[in-house]
Amino acid sequence: MVMADTLPDEKTPRTAIVADGVNVHYGTKQALFDVDLDIKQHQVTALIGPSGCGKSTFLRCINRMNDVIDGCSVEGRILLDGDDIYDRSVDVVQLRARIGMVFQKPNPFPKSIFDNVAYGPRIHGIAEKKADLEEIVHDSLVRAGLWGEVSDRLNEPGTGLSGGQQQRLCIARAIAVRPDVILMDEPCSALDPIATARIEELIDDLRENYTIVIVTHSMQQAARVSQRTAFFHLGNLVEFGSTDAIFTAPKDPRTESYITGRIG
Amino acid sequence: MTDAPMNGQPGEVRRGLSRTDTMETVRKGLRRRYAAERRFKWYGRIAIAIALGFLVVLVGSILFRGASVITQTHILLSVELPMDAFSVDGEVTDESLQRADFGGIVKQALRDRFPDVSKRRDRRTLYQLISTGATYELRDHVVADPSLIGQTIDIWLTASDDIDMLDKGYIDRNVDSTGRRVSDQQIAWYDALIADGRLERHFNTTFFTSGDSREPEQAGIWGAALGSFYTLMVTLLLAFPLGVTTAVYLEEFAPKNKWTDLIEVNINNLAAVPSIIFGLLGLAVFLNVIGLPRSAPLAGGVVLALMTLPTIIIAGRAALKAVPPSIREAALGVGASRLQTVTHHVLPLAMPGMLTGSIIGMAQALGETAPLLMIGMVAFIVDLPGGPLDPATVLPVQVYIWADSPERAFVERTSAGIIVLLLFLVVMNLSAVMLRKRFERRW
Amino acid sequence: MIYTIALAALAAIWFASWKMGQGQARGIIAGGQRMHSLPSHYGAYTAILAVVPAVLALLIWSIFQPLIIDGMIVSSLPPERQALDDLFLNALINDIRNMAAGNPVRDASDPVIIAAAAELSGWQTTANFMLLALLGGLAVIGLFISRGQVVPEMRARNRVERFVMVLLILSSTIAVITTVGIVMSLLYESIEFFRRVPFYEFLFGLHWSPQTALRADQVGGSGSFGAIPIFMGTLLISTIALCIAAPVGLFSAIYMAEFSSPRARSIIKPLLEILAGVPTVVYGFFAALLVAPLLRDGGAQLGIGIDSESALAAGLVMGVMIIPFVSSLSDDVITAVPRSLREGSYGLGATRAETIRLVIVPAALPGIVGALLLAASRAIGETMIVVMAAGLTANLTANPFEAVTTVTVQIVTLLTGDQEFDTAKTLSAFALGLLLFVVTLALNVMALRIVRKYREKYD
Repeated sequence: MVMADTLPDEKTPRTAIVADGVNVHYGTKQALFDVDLDIKQHQVTALIGPSGCGKSTFLRCINRMNDVIDGCSVEGRILLDGDDIYDRSVDVVQLRARIGMVFQKPNPFPKSIFDNVAYGPRIHGIAEKKADLEEIVHDSLVRAGLWGEVSDRLNEPGTGLSGGQQQRLCIARAIAVRPDVILMDEPCSALDPIATARIEELIDDLRENYTIVIVTHSMQQAARVSQRTAFFHLGNLVEFGSTDAIFTAPKDPRTESYITGRIG
Repeated sequence: MTDAPMNGQPGEVRRGLSRTDTMETVRKGLRRRYAAERRFKWYGRIAIAIALGFLVVLVGSILFRGASVITQTHILLSVELPMDAFSVDGEVTDESLQRADFGGIVKQALRDRFPDVSKRRDRRTLYQLISTGATYELRDHVVADPSLIGQTIDIWLTASDDIDMLDKGYIDRNVDSTGRRVSDQQIAWYDALIADGRLERHFNTTFFTSGDSREPEQAGIWGAALGSFYTLMVTLLLAFPLGVTTAVYLEEFAPKNKWTDLIEVNINNLAAVPSIIFGLLGLAVFLNVIGLPRSAPLAGGVVLALMTLPTIIIAGRAALKAVPPSIREAALGVGASRLQTVTHHVLPLAMPGMLTGSIIGMAQALGETAPLLMIGMVAFIVDLPGGPLDPATVLPVQVYIWADSPERAFVERTSAGIIVLLLFLVVMNLSAVMLRKRFERRW
Repeated sequence: MIYTIALAALAAIWFASWKMGQGQARGIIAGGQRMHSLPSHYGAYTAILAVVPAVLALLIWSIFQPLIIDGMIVSSLPPERQALDDLFLNALINDIRNMAAGNPVRDASDPVIIAAAAELSGWQTTANFMLLALLGGLAVIGLFISRGQVVPEMRARNRVERFVMVLLILSSTIAVITTVGIVMSLLYESIEFFRRVPFYEFLFGLHWSPQTALRADQVGGSGSFGAIPIFMGTLLISTIALCIAAPVGLFSAIYMAEFSSPRARSIIKPLLEILAGVPTVVYGFFAALLVAPLLRDGGAQLGIGIDSESALAAGLVMGVMIIPFVSSLSDDVITAVPRSLREGSYGLGATRAETIRLVIVPAALPGIVGALLLAASRAIGETMIVVMAAGLTANLTANPFEAVTTVTVQIVTLLTGDQEFDTAKTLSAFALGLLLFVVTLALNVMALRIVRKYREKYD
């Protein structure tokens, strides 16, 4: 609340999100065991691990996307700027407006490019006037690095774009709501290498303004884009630290096996 | 929630709208948006409530009106059977029995019960207490036991439909007599009979054992039930083998070409052709060109078979599709021919699904009315049909015929007919569901 | 009767010849030779050869025998009776047939009928013997041929299977034959109709009153066949039905797909489907007995004159009937909208209602339109509800409180009861039927196309 102490410190970045003893069950099956994790502001945090390790589950806990899944229960606390997002007083709609998400498969709505980006501002009532809306759409597309490619065809359906463009459109759509945090669930897994490279560049640019958490199955990607990396295995957070440290001097033998390609 | 941790970041402030402001806007909109959400949810609830409400009213009102058909009002009369009424030259023969004036005897019994009725017009209203069918009830009773002749017997005879309705409370006796089917006089007689214990309701055998009649109290559902049975038999005998063989051909053998495409398009379209069109086909082709008998279950069954064929074929194909290819490969792998593979392995596995589809198709056919009107199954038929070539009607058409009749008592019959029809449908659909559950297989 | 005997005989021949062929093959195997196929294949082959030609002969016989015998009766009649016009001649032949079969006849003392009936029974007996002899002969010939063919090299299985394939192919053509039959019969009678009544008058005429006087001295008009009032009536009732079914069905589907718990859904969905399983005659009774009087009395209370056969009552009940069509088809298309679109919307902070309104329904729109088209085609073709609850007389109005008539009601009233096949009145029913067929077919084809395109998009 007090402006003074929220000013970022370059040396020790502020902590944006703290996970405290998070357990997740799908029905009777436990998917996450007692995960503690803190995510720093204006950094990219990568979650890696073999498939089924719980990294996506954890990501979906951060904006409560697991709420939509029947039989899924979350225990423990996740603090966003000190407030538990699972607290009763927290509104999930408002939460998701603060924490945007980009999915594995590009999922533009079957609407025009403009309407895709304008969707969030419209439903949240952020922009009432058409001019404001146009400004937001323009800004978001510029930030997502898509403006140059689509500026002349904003009224064409978003589904007509290429896979990489679609994913950048989804990123623009998320940015348009002005979130603090953007969650990305394997955003490049459906894309070709060139499109992947563009998204990775974009992620690096976005870091300036947003806190980013990215799930990836590619260790190279984690190494390229992230500042900190968390390694999940069988629902446990095995190791968490600076990306450099994880990749050069892993402490846990499981981490080492994974990054050297022995498991996974 | 605490906001604005990143306020003041370069590039964050756009057009005077900060992130703090954004979150504030979102927060302000929440109440309105959740109200819209609740409203939307209520639309859905109301829609379902409307649909289910209609179902409840529909079934409820019919049950309410039809259940009373279980019983039928009877009147106990002391009938004198004088010898001379039944004998020719002092001798009772079969012929003399048949010729006896049972109607007159019943009327006499009524006059004896109410001796002070003397005017002709009053007598006629008096006779209306008893069903016209009572004559035949008495005749059957006497013919079965001729030794009764010469005695005075007490016999329960069916009351007329108006008395039945009065007794069941469907006719309001407090209404002014001009607007009511039963006269004040008749009500007085009715009360007298009740006081004597001579008017009771007994189980309504007539309804469950007879054919149609113009008189509601003599009309029964059995003739229509038999008609439905014969019709469905014809339908089943035609549609099941044809449906199964077509499904097998299209799913297992047919090459992918224009001709099979045409067949498939035809099947899909036939499934959606209005049923009355099939009736026109039946009239123009089966009756007028081929010359099948009018009003007969045979013609009706053929028409319904064509109608249910798409249902059976589509269900059959789905059942065949559900059999995994590995089964076929296993059979072919040990050297079975394609036909052997299908008949020995695929078809037995798909059979429960095909049967389920057929039962559902038969249930549809059982409830179908319109095409049968076209081929004359709407005729008024009193006799019970003895086979698929006899003139007959079916349950839903019987319901239609009764629904068209003006007598109040026919409303009860119609509702009761519907209950019988629905019972058959419930049984068929339940057996389909059970069959599916019993043989459901997860591959 | 004779056909029952013939069929029983053929069944017996089938089993006997099967056993014979099988036995023959077994004998060969017992003699130490290897046969190409199993003994039962040889049995089937033998049975097919013995019975199939006889069955075909029986079919042909059953078509031609009555024609030939009728011809013989007519030519045996006295010349003045032969000269009667068709109607009376047919009645006479019917009498003769009934007499021969021992049924009661109108004029049992007519010597011509008695004589002809006697002759007829004689011919029929002869014909029956001839038929049985023919069938027996064909069976014997078949057996004779097969006898020489049951040898080790003969590929009985392949031949039997080829025969079965032919049967399968034949049965699969039934669907096509049915469609052709429908189109031909409707076209044929309609063309007859349009010979009497000009096409444009039928399609664009504003007055419908199909009563035609049989004789000049009868009351009743010359009949006018302008079908516009009937189309309008059909349209009016169907529109009312869709106005009920579309919102109710759609919102039910949305609620079930997006809001309700799986448990509630598993209860509500079958309950809604019961509405589709209720026979239409029940809805008709319900409409005529309960809904129409209720509306009429309610209208009277409010000072609105509502007919007791109002379009509103029929349309309302028809709407209830098609709710399950709309809801289950929409449910299918709504659940086919991929999960990723929902998540994309939730991820941006949309509420469920917003997601449905702004993402799911627009994405499912083609499918929903298809569902509504199918429902419309149902409504237009529905018969019993309107027959029982709508009016009989054509009335050109758009007022839902008045009675109107529909295409299906007219078809039923024109064709129930005794009809002659060549009056314009009867034939007009087929013209209406043709129109109904064409319109519903177009709607169905369009709907199926839209739905298929939609499915391809998300598969």
